[in-house]
Amino acid sequence: MTNALYDALGPRGKRKALLGSIVSAIILVAAAVWVLVQLAAQGQLDGALWAVLVNGNFLVLLMGGLLGTLAAAGMAVLLSLLVGIVLAMARLSLRRWLRVVTRWWIELFRGMPPLLLIFFIYLGAPALGADVSPYWALVLGLMLYNSSVMGEIFRAGILSLPKGQSEAAYSIGMRRGATMRLILLPQAVRSMLPALLNQVITLLKETSLGFIIGYVELLRDGRTAVEFLGGQYSLPVYTGIAVIYIGMNLLIAWLARRLTRKRQSRQTRPPRPLPPRTAEIALNERA
Amino acid sequence: MSAVLANLEIFWEGFEATLALTLLSTIAALVLGILLAAFRVSPVPVLSGAAATYVEVVRNTPLTIVFFFAAFVLPQVGVKFSYFAFAVLAMSVYYASFFCEVIRSGINTMPIGQLEAARSIGLTFTKSMRLIVMPQALRTVVPPLINVFIQLTKSTSIASAFGVVELLSVMARLANQESQAVIAILIATAVFYLVITIPSGIIAGHIERRVAIAR
Repeated sequence: MTNALYDALGPRGKRKALLGSIVSAIILVAAAVWVLVQLAAQGQLDGALWAVLVNGNFLVLLMGGLLGTLAAAGMAVLLSLLVGIVLAMARLSLRRWLRVVTRWWIELFRGMPPLLLIFFIYLGAPALGADVSPYWALVLGLMLYNSSVMGEIFRAGILSLPKGQSEAAYSIGMRRGATMRLILLPQAVRSMLPALLNQVITLLKETSLGFIIGYVELLRDGRTAVEFLGGQYSLPVYTGIAVIYIGMNLLIAWLARRLTRKRQSRQTRPPRPLPPRTAEIALNERA
Repeated sequence: MSAVLANLEIFWEGFEATLALTLLSTIAALVLGILLAAFRVSPVPVLSGAAATYVEVVRNTPLTIVFFFAAFVLPQVGVKFSYFAFAVLAMSVYYASFFCEVIRSGINTMPIGQLEAARSIGLTFTKSMRLIVMPQALRTVVPPLINVFIQLTKSTSIASAFGVVELLSVMARLANQESQAVIAILIATAVFYLVITIPSGIIAGHIERRVAIAR
């Protein structure tokens, strides 16, 4: 992968790399030991503290938090996908004003912090006389932000398809809507899956912003537990929550890699109908 | 609107804090990220493994949790900084992993001929990194770096929940005080963020097009 940077190592290089490995391993282990000793000196490594992670009540609390996180993330992903597709359609519309308006919409909402958008709903809606629960403030705030990002992902995916796809659809008499729905979107979604799943990971991480407006999710429950048990439980509790997030995200990333591999093996089987030069021109025209 | 104008000075203070937080974290994260990227592509397995682990762990953790570790766990073990320093620490630890990934992909897309040429005139690994790889990789990597910078700018808003006085906490305070002008205050805050993010995005797009032609 990165061996373009250096030749396959010879005996001398191997010795050097081994030496480097040993030296850096010693430094890393020394640093780790130092941290552990410091933690132990502060009493942070007591078995009693870490036993909280297998405590039944705590796990039940975390389960509730996990459900809260997943409920918000699931709804936000669903809405972002739907709105993202609509935004991509509008961005590719034949009507100029629609294209311009969507472009500004996307630039605006991509340029704002998701947390500010959450506050927009959370504080702004009551000012206009509508009551919003923290759940919907979180979901809609995340939707405003992520739908703009996903809209751009969809647009890039549709634009990266060979022009022949839409031309073929038009030539058999399909209209723009049908071409989009039946020919372009299904293909674009497939090629955009890695980028989309990446965005899902980002969104899942962003649901933790919910704790700021008081939505009950993993982090909020962790904080509640620490406040109940005492500050010395910070390290074990937050480490446990971090592990849950990392696990979920690695699962999504693994899924993304699997799907990409499947897609590639499927694409390599039938030979591409376009001769390479034409494809190149088509791509250049679009760029 | 008058509520915004009357409090413009307070907004400006918040904006300055956001800018300071953004710039300090960017510099620290960039330095750490370059170091990590160099480790990741080095032929020493322990170093590349350690850097890869760091990136995987940090990238998959929500920034909010990194803030929790900085603001709540570190004081438990006797580290006492100001809220602002904790925020810079959390932001740089988190975004170093993103900068590292961007720089690494820049190195990986480098034409192999460049590196072969560097080796064939006898440059060592460090020299070819410093003289051949980094100058070129940094150039093609500038647009994605700016994109990470934009993300970082937006993320500084999370520091508002951890005691740092910046744009968003100023917004929350004003929205509380002047409840009749909440919408105007929200929009004003948005404008301050957009003043940083939209021009940065335009610059990134511009450089991207220029570099694309040069290649």
